[in-house]
Parts: sequence; C-alpha cells; structure tokens
Amino acid sequence: MLTIAEKEQIEHEIRQVPVKKAACIEALKIVQGHRRWVSDEGIRDVADILEMSPEEVDSVATFYNLIFRQPVGRHIILLCDSISCYVMGLRALHQQLVQLLGIQYGQTTPDGRFTLLPNPCLGTCDHAPALMVDDDLYRDLSADDLEAILAKYT
Amino acid sequence: MERPLTQHITFPPLGLRQYEAVGGYQAVRKAVRHMEPKDVTALVKEANMRGRGGAGFSTGMKWSFVPMDVPGPKYLVANADEMEPGTFKDRWLLEGNPHQLIEGMIVSAYAIQATESFVFLRWAYKQAAVEIRKAIAEAYDAGYLGKNILGTDYSLEMHLHTGVGRYMCGEETALLNSLEGKRATPRAKPPFPQVSGLFGRPTIVNNVETLSYIPHIVNHGVAWFQSLSRTADGGTKIYGVSGRVNKPGAWELPMGVTMRELIEEHAGGMQNGYRFRGVLPGGASTDFLVEEHMDVQMDFTGVAAAGSRLGTGTMVVLDDRTCPVGFVHNLEHFFSQESCGFCTPCREGLPWTEKLLWAIEQGKGREEDLALLASHATLLGPGNTFCALAPGAMEPLQSALKYFKEDFEQHIKHKKCPYHD
Repeated sequence: MLTIAEKEQIEHEIRQVPVKKAACIEALKIVQGHRRWVSDEGIRDVADILEMSPEEVDSVATFYNLIFRQPVGRHIILLCDSISCYVMGLRALHQQLVQLLGIQYGQTTPDGRFTLLPNPCLGTCDHAPALMVDDDLYRDLSADDLEAILAKYT
Repeated sequence: MERPLTQHITFPPLGLRQYEAVGGYQAVRKAVRHMEPKDVTALVKEANMRGRGGAGFSTGMKWSFVPMDVPGPKYLVANADEMEPGTFKDRWLLEGNPHQLIEGMIVSAYAIQATESFVFLRWAYKQAAVEIRKAIAEAYDAGYLGKNILGTDYSLEMHLHTGVGRYMCGEETALLNSLEGKRATPRAKPPFPQVSGLFGRPTIVNNVETLSYIPHIVNHGVAWFQSLSRTADGGTKIYGVSGRVNKPGAWELPMGVTMRELIEEHAGGMQNGYRFRGVLPGGASTDFLVEEHMDVQMDFTGVAAAGSRLGTGTMVVLDDRTCPVGFVHNLEHFFSQESCGFCTPCREGLPWTEKLLWAIEQGKGREEDLALLASHATLLGPGNTFCALAPGAMEPLQSALKYFKEDFEQHIKHKKCPYHD
C-alpha cells in the first residue's frame, strides 16, 4: 500500500498534468525513491491511483532503464559501457569490478550493498572511462581506483 | 575569437545577479518588450541557425511551422537528454551556465508564444539538475518567468523533468511521449510536433546548445552570428574529441574548423604509441571518416560531402590498438539495447547485427557474415524503419565495412581477434 507521503507526492504530480496517466513516470519515480525499487504491489498501487491497468503501468516501468522492477542494493553502480569508455579501458574496469564485487551486470552482492549495472553513455567522454555510484560521478578511472571508491560506500 | 556560448561558463555557474552583470537576460528584455514574436522567429531564420542536436534543421524554420493563431496552450521543450555515446557538449552548458539556457528558452518560447516549457534532462546529469532547478527558481524570483514577465502580457511557466534512462527519449516525438508519462516510442509524422506535439498541442523541441545560442542572436543580430563562422552555417559550435588523444575535451570554435585542427591542435594529437585510424565525427550514429578526410571542414555541408554527418560535433577517435570490430560491436550493442522495439526491422535487425559482430570478434565469424552485415546496413537504413535510430546505427557499421574491411576479414580468416590475446 502507498504510504501517506507517497500518496501526497503522487497527488501533487497529478495536479501538474492535464490527464492523470501523464503522471505515470513521476509516480514510479516517487515509489522507487521511497523503496529503491518498484514491486508488483507498487505497480498495482500506482495503477489504482492513476486509474490505469497494472499492465499499462508495468509497460511503462519496464521500458525505462532506471526504473527497477526487482530489488536492488543500497548503492547502484552505473558503469558507462559506451564507446569512448570502451576505447579508454572499459574492459579492465569491468573485469576488476566483477572480481571485487563477485557479481555480474544486473546482479546484487549477497550482502545487499551494491547492484552493478551497465549504463549507456554518462556524457563525460572526455574523462573516460567513468562510472557513477548513486549520485557520485567518478572519471578518468583506472582499475586500481576501484577498491578505494567502493570502500566509501557501506 | 568570440566564444559567446562558453565565455561565461564557470563551475559553479553564475548566479542570476552575476549572469545579469555580464549582460544576461538582456535578450529577454529586448524580445518581450520590443519585438514581435514573429520578428524573433524571422531573426533566427535569417541567421541560418541550424539545430545543434544532430539533425541540423533550420531552427527559425522549425519555429515558423507553429500555427500562431490557434487558441490554447503551446509548449517549448529543451532536449537535454544527451545520451548519444561520445557526446558530452550539453553537459558543459547545463552545468556551467544554466541561466543562458533558461534565457534562451524564454526568448524561444516567446517567439512561438508558448505558455509552458520543460527541460527534459537525463537522470545521470545530477549536478545539472541541481543547477537548473536553482536557476529556474532564481528566474521566477526575478520576474523572468511566471505571470506577466517584466510587466508585459507574456507569461511562461518552466518545469524540470528528469528522465529515467532511455536513448529513445532524445528523439523528439519519443521525448514527448515520455513527457506524457508513456513509453518513449516515436510518433508517426505528420502531424509534426510543431502542430500537434505535447498533449496534442503545438510544441517545439530544441537542443540545449541551440537554445543557449538564441539570446546571443537576439542581442547581436544576423551579421554578427554569421561572422563567427568560417562557412555558410553560421555561428560557433561546441566541438569535442574523445579517445586516445593527448587532451580530450570540448571547445567552442568557429563553425567549419577542420578535423585536423580539432584533433591535432585542440586535442593535442594522438597519445604516444597510438596511431589515428578513423573517427566518428559527431557521435555514435555517424559514419567513420578516416585520414584522407583530415582537412574536411566540420560544418553540416562539409561533413556530409565527406560521406558522414556533423551530428553533435563531438568526435570519437578510433586508434590503431583498438579493434574496429570490437568498436563497432560496442556501438551496435548500444543501439540494439536502446531500440524501443516499436518497429520490426530495428527490434529484430539490431540484435542480429550485434550477434554477428560479436561472433566475428570472438573468431566465430563466417565469410558470408560480411555480406549479411552489409545487407543489414541497407535493410535497416533510411526509409525502412519508423524512426532514425536504426539508420543511425547503420552509419558506423556501413563505413567500418568500407574502411576497415581487412580487419573483419582477418578475424574470420584467423578465427580470432588480432587485437587481443
């Protein structure tokens, strides 16, 4: 069930748009903002409040790379896998991350600390290779930098 | 040399008062108080301002398609979704001078008499979101946004929308669907968004660099704008270079600088131990250019004549130690993943292309794969798909097959990638 805070925020978004459905992405972002991911129950709740079918809401939720339909870790690592980063050493960075975390793309560490995701172009190609952890951008990386970066996130 | 777009870029960016102190918001004052909307459009049209998002369509012409006599709301949207791999120019403008974008949006919205405006910003640009949110609030407080701007009859609301990640959102009709809370699939044209866009209302979508330029054109005029350029495509342009060069970066330079100047002078040439092999001149969806094109002038016409597109003007360099097959595989992986799946050639063709390239890169390619790849380049090319994503994806592929064919053949012949152990 949506919390009062979630409901109020979604109602606020509904008031900004001419038709309720248009608040769908914002509503999903709100639910994810509170719970880190959007469960089937979250989809049904959003559908109810927006007077949509759950399937319709799910079709939107699953379209976007950064709406998570399964549980994620406390910290999201977005590794830029685009062309400039590829040229500048993505492979080594990826291998090192996989080794340090013991997981592949799309997986979460067993302790729930990190989820590792590939991300199309972080738009910092002049400082490739790059990655983001939550809201923090790290650029001009080498594989040696990764251990210290990960250590910042508990 | 004048650098109107970037001369006041600072980190953190100028606040409203500082921006005003260097001439900021003068174009808003001039436009809303002393110009008719149609005169603003005419000025931008006469300047031959071509959109900086990739397609290069005349901005003033685009605006002129908006029906001005229809009652009801009209919209202006800044496309700040910058997700084209290899492209990083708008981040600079968004983080370094958000007021310039907002001013450009107000003037542009005034030209089409839009009542609401949106900045469609990608999720990953967290710092830009902070700066833009702050700048919009300052612009409201100063009376540049909201009801009766500067005491005139003109009113404009502005909203920041942060996306949730999908390259398709950069396509203007898909972007509108996304703003409407839907999947970002492209819409059939016509009707064009200028007539029926956001919520079925007349809508203009312009790139961040395009919009950021508008105040300068209004302030200084057509002759000044054209004098900045070396070619018929007016103004300066933000160019960028990434890859194994000594000084990757972005620079505002006269439209029409040569590729050689960009790579050798501004980007400092190739890194020690790396040789230049080719370049995507304007992001991931442009055809490779090679050594023989070094003196091509980087404007819309010059790059097209060389067989590619200026695109976003931000170049990705391929060096001699990076496998061209792996390079193109990376690009096709991106396009395949980001296809919205809406039309069959793109949905089916791009994963097939990607798998073929992966097989070749892994030494599992067959001779006939090259003909298959070439046929994809045609079948997924212009006119065969719903939007430009797949044709864009085919540009680097078809040109790689042309310029780096021996690399593909080596992989197939020796059943391994010659660039990796």
